Amino acid sequence: MIAFIIRRFLQAVVVMLVISLVVFAIKKEFGDPVRDLVGERVTPEERQQIADKMGLNDPFLVQYGRFVKNAVTKGDLGRSFLYNKPNLEVIITHAPATIELVLGTAFIIIVLSLPLGVYCALKPRSWLSRFTMSFSTLGVSMPVFLTAILLIYLFAVHWQILPSYGRGETVDLFGNGIWMTGLLTIDGLKHLILPCISLSTLMLPLFIRLIRSEMMEVLETEYIKYAWAKGLSPRRVWLVHAFKNTLLPVITVFGVQIGIMFAFTLLTELVFQWPGMGFMFLEAVNRADLSLLIAYLVVVAASFVVVNTVVDILYGFINPTVRIAGTK
Amino acid sequence: MSSLLEVRDLEVKFGLRSGDITAIDGVSFELDPGERMGLVGESGAGKSVTGFAIINLISKPGYISRGSIHFEGKEISAYPPDKMRTIRGNRISMIFQDPMMTLNPVYTIGFQMIETLKAHRDISKSQARAIALEKLKLVQMPSPEKRLAQYPHELSGGMRQRIIIAISLLADPAIIIADEPTTALDVTIQAEIMDLLQELCENEKMGLMLITHDLGVVSQVTEKIAVMYAGKIIEYGPTETVVHHPVHPYTIGLIGSIPGSIEPGKDLRQIPGMMPTLTNIPPGCAFNPRCELAADICTRQTPVLEEKQNGIMAACHMK
Repeated sequence: MIAFIIRRFLQAVVVMLVISLVVFAIKKEFGDPVRDLVGERVTPEERQQIADKMGLNDPFLVQYGRFVKNAVTKGDLGRSFLYNKPNLEVIITHAPATIELVLGTAFIIIVLSLPLGVYCALKPRSWLSRFTMSFSTLGVSMPVFLTAILLIYLFAVHWQILPSYGRGETVDLFGNGIWMTGLLTIDGLKHLILPCISLSTLMLPLFIRLIRSEMMEVLETEYIKYAWAKGLSPRRVWLVHAFKNTLLPVITVFGVQIGIMFAFTLLTELVFQWPGMGFMFLEAVNRADLSLLIAYLVVVAASFVVVNTVVDILYGFINPTVRIAGTK
Repeated sequence: MSSLLEVRDLEVKFGLRSGDITAIDGVSFELDPGERMGLVGESGAGKSVTGFAIINLISKPGYISRGSIHFEGKEISAYPPDKMRTIRGNRISMIFQDPMMTLNPVYTIGFQMIETLKAHRDISKSQARAIALEKLKLVQMPSPEKRLAQYPHELSGGMRQRIIIAISLLADPAIIIADEPTTALDVTIQAEIMDLLQELCENEKMGLMLITHDLGVVSQVTEKIAVMYAGKIIEYGPTETVVHHPVHPYTIGLIGSIPGSIEPGKDLRQIPGMMPTLTNIPPGCAFNPRCELAADICTRQTPVLEEKQNGIMAACHMK
């Protein structure tokens, strides 16, 4: 198992190097950092001096090497001129809002998709299954911003029971001003409900359908028939024998989708004025804060890689055949 | 005393949109305690369905439409699911065809053995473990303790089939139904597994219902044979007699097609044509289009299974 984890970790490092190289290469092609910094009124000679001082005239690989070195040794991803703070600090203070949004959405997806998916597989002809399946088609085909606006209209404007924008009341989780959480106040939780629901409408139907079809497939296998032949109870056959095998592919997809969801928060954050990373990203694009954009892309890539590595390791715990392949 | 298992006039149908199809058509046989019986036929003859029908585990949309299954003095064909569960894996065990597909890949051997025992008896985990070990030794599994902690994919096909035989023995059943237990295995392993099954049934006084298309295997292991064709038993009698003096033209053809039944160098015999599909069974005797002896009556009247010679029952107009 340890060998398996180390292997996975090394792969993650290689992936990160490749991704950061690609992202860094973009920097060379877009905009001029010196102009961003000093404006129009500086002479070309002075610009050259500044560029020399900042190392912008060094060969590409030297620059990239410096970027990686600073990132790894000092955790330094450059500086944002928009916020006039280190990029990493800007991203870190915006991350909790997005993370809590994704966590809340993941919670909704897990709590609803598992029982519904399993139920739809076991009783495909019942009215609840039929209703779930047709309703989920609707969910998949509705764009997030439309669902979000619809939700805001119904719950915030028409019935006025839930707030429509912002995070509401937040408290400092660690007392150091980094992680402001909305999870610990009633007001904060209320503000989470609508954004989480609208973000989940896209993935929830997908997961119900995935779990349902995986489960139905597993129920047809020989080992399930054998479990019946051993005289096991339906509960045991379904929830012990079929369920665990159903989960294997679902976990993999879940890991990838959680990563993708970080990107999807962009629209939701915009509609709900949610002060997270997606919101920050849009602002950085508007103001052409290239340095922040690069740092953001690297951080998002890193979180993708981390999530996928964790999922792979988790998968190794559940599926014994993967573990063997890893140790060899 | 009546037999351990008595199947009378069993009919199994599959409900399809276009109407019901009869897969098993009036099958009757009995099995005495400790007796070993072979159920032989081509693919699609209804052997497996018969086996699964006994423990009421026919895949949907199949169902038992007629007949009785009498087991240990009780009529079990109409048992509700709860009651049927006390028989499956407990009084009647099954061994499936492909050991690579039969065990659940995500649970250890020990887990899958212990849960079977705990489903049928009120015992502790350690007691169940002890019984599991004992049965693994019985099937001559090398280093049984180690096996309990292993996953199915760590074992070879032959080993897995031994595990499955051990699982089928756990609750000391009265009958084991083995559905093509060696078809998916290497030839050398096949012989080992068959020997093991035969020995266990003799020593433990268990009944065996061996479902196979391999007449060679049946003739070595069983005491009596039922030959199935298109959902019916067409010949039924002691193994010795059926193998050496078969009555029904189909059985004669089957035995003639085994290598070793003919002088070396000569062509093996073939039965011309193919078994009809269930939707397309010819009127009269289902075998008549392929039969050398077929006469007028064979296309008009369905022959019944009746005593012919040497204690053999056969369904044929011409014998």
